[in-house]
Amino acid sequence: MANGGAAIPLNLLHTGERGKIAQLTGGQELRNRMLALGLTPGAEVTVLQNYGRGPMLVRVRDVRVALGRGEAANVLVQRGEG
Amino acid sequence: MNRPALQETTVLPEVREETVLVALAGQPNVGKSTLFNLLTGLHQHVGNWPGKTVERKEGLFTYGGVSYRLVDLPGTYSLTANSPEEVIAREFILQEQPDVVIAVVDAATLERSLYLVAELLALPAPVVVALNMMDVARQEGMEIEPEVLQAALGVPVVPMIATRGEGIQALLETVARVARGEVPYSPRLPQVREDHRPVLEELERWIEGYVPTPYPQDWVALKLLEGDPEVTRMVREALPPERWERAHALLRAHDDAQVAVASGRYEWIGRMVRAAVRRPRVGQIGLTERLDRWATHPIFGLAILAFILGAVFWLTYTVGSPLQDLLETYVVGTLAEGIRALLTPIAPEWLVALLAEGVVGGVGAVLTFLPILVLFFAALAFLEDVGYMARAAYVMDSVMHLMGLHGKSFLPLFLGFGCNVPAILGTRVIESHRARLLTILLAPLVPCTARLAVIAFLAPAFFGRAALAVSWGLILLSILVLAATGAILNRVLFQGRRSAFIMELPLYHLPNWRTIGLSVWQRSLSFIRKAGTVILTVSVVIWALSTLPGGEVEGSYLAQVGRWLEPVGRLAGMDWRLTVALLSSFIAKENSIATLGVLFRAGEEGLTDLLASVYSPAVGLAYLVVQTLFVPCVATVGVIRQETNSWRWTLFNTGLLLVVSFLAGIGVYQAARLIG
Repeated sequence: MANGGAAIPLNLLHTGERGKIAQLTGGQELRNRMLALGLTPGAEVTVLQNYGRGPMLVRVRDVRVALGRGEAANVLVQRGEG
Repeated sequence: MNRPALQETTVLPEVREETVLVALAGQPNVGKSTLFNLLTGLHQHVGNWPGKTVERKEGLFTYGGVSYRLVDLPGTYSLTANSPEEVIAREFILQEQPDVVIAVVDAATLERSLYLVAELLALPAPVVVALNMMDVARQEGMEIEPEVLQAALGVPVVPMIATRGEGIQALLETVARVARGEVPYSPRLPQVREDHRPVLEELERWIEGYVPTPYPQDWVALKLLEGDPEVTRMVREALPPERWERAHALLRAHDDAQVAVASGRYEWIGRMVRAAVRRPRVGQIGLTERLDRWATHPIFGLAILAFILGAVFWLTYTVGSPLQDLLETYVVGTLAEGIRALLTPIAPEWLVALLAEGVVGGVGAVLTFLPILVLFFAALAFLEDVGYMARAAYVMDSVMHLMGLHGKSFLPLFLGFGCNVPAILGTRVIESHRARLLTILLAPLVPCTARLAVIAFLAPAFFGRAALAVSWGLILLSILVLAATGAILNRVLFQGRRSAFIMELPLYHLPNWRTIGLSVWQRSLSFIRKAGTVILTVSVVIWALSTLPGGEVEGSYLAQVGRWLEPVGRLAGMDWRLTVALLSSFIAKENSIATLGVLFRAGEEGLTDLLASVYSPAVGLAYLVVQTLFVPCVATVGVIRQETNSWRWTLFNTGLLLVVSFLAGIGVYQAARLIG
């Protein structure tokens, strides 16, 4: 994986921004659920909605996925690739 | 590779005479239920998986003179044990070894959809891929070649549009041929990402020879790498301690291996998709994303939700309540009169009373719930089917956090304001077992219409002009108690672990009336069958207690229980009459007013004045508080039993509400006396 810039938590991306997943943190159960929904390292995410509080909405692998803020903080992304 | 079952099923000659067992697997929102309904129609049976609260649907159909038994596996994104659903799905395939597994895949979200297929192929049963929603994929500008996908996967692929019944014949033919062993079956399996293959190989060496049947060894090794709790437990018990130590150390050193496993599957999917998708999705903004700008907006989204809920309640009261009254007057009333007219000349008086009042009363309780239930079920099924349910959960998520729940619990709980029964049945939309159980336990704390009616009648009696404020106060109190109970239960029962809020927001689509109709039909039927029997039995028992031995409530066993409980009631300022009224509300909440009328020998008009003169406002308030938070009606208890599938949880819930309601009542009474 190309290391273009430091990875930041997904919840810091604004509406409309894109990123590439670098790493998943958090417990094994949470990671398993994220992986099954297509949030794998290397996958591209587009933020569809992030109002800075409450849950956020992203598109990954052609699917719209809603994540709680706490959950989103466990997805580390590299901003703006692709 | 260790898969004897496959060879067995493919060469069995007598498979033609026997019933062919087919499992239907698929992720949520891929059209699995539509396909299930299409194949089985009304020949289906809905129940629970043994010992679980998860719905089990099973149906029969015949094709080409052969009968098929189709079992609908729970919709899951993967087969790793995150919830009971995944375990049920994979255990069914491993233990029952179906002749064919139909894997339903959504063509419009092919990448994500194929993830479950990648998992299914590792299990010892032949898979047929039903490539559904080809029309939606086309609308989104995608072009998929099913033959290429079939060649790449190495398993049969049948393109379909289940909502229009297209592709059904081809699917059935393929399933029949696979069941007869006529189709060459050589699936290409996904591999673990390269950097972790040596780990997998080493792991396999440690468990070799110790894996219990019917689990394939390579599958077990894979699940260990993924950190699957169920498989880990199984292997720990099966391995000699020194081998487990080594395997465990290896797993601990690679606790990120699950990412390598999943990435391996997605690499495999990537190859399939690159081969089979001729033209990818056009980068346009679809209808779904346009609608979601409003439906998931923090403010407009709530407004839309409020509007939809308002419409559901309006519909229920304008259509449901009159129907309820009609049933009450014509069916229940006529039935009671008919029994009296027929039996009075020939049967003893007590038997006539038992049938005309006890049994018919119980039947009436079941029957009169139906109009409201059918409407609520229809509304829920409609919102679920068009894809709105997930949006409602999304906008309510933050609020529900406060009670240890997440967004999906909101709608069922809210329906509780209409009636607790559909609220509890509606919790089936919650996938997580923990969250669902907690929602069921909390649902009775939502004040239903019947309770609100009691409040509306009694509050003016005790408080005159302040009645409205008191009524709102009681509703607010219920919600606060619900939130507090939720937060506490979540901590005590589930150690504060809230299941993670991650969910898919499916594409919006036009409702499928067949799916909605069948869902309403099945749920109503199972309510009558399961909860109905409990409701009928308990109604008859309580009726008998309130009539025997003398025929009047005052001298009845129920009144004796009321007098016996009086010391407890006294703490909340309630005398035996209020306690008996409270107990009689167990059949139906409205009963408490009728009982008070009997005990004070007053009609409804006289009763309000009488109550005001006998009881102080402090007593009145305490009574209303207890009544509002008390054990729900027998119909609700019946469905709690049905949905939790456990008397233990049902009794726990009843006991909990008993304690909570009395504690609140006592607190309010003592506080009110102090203040004066």
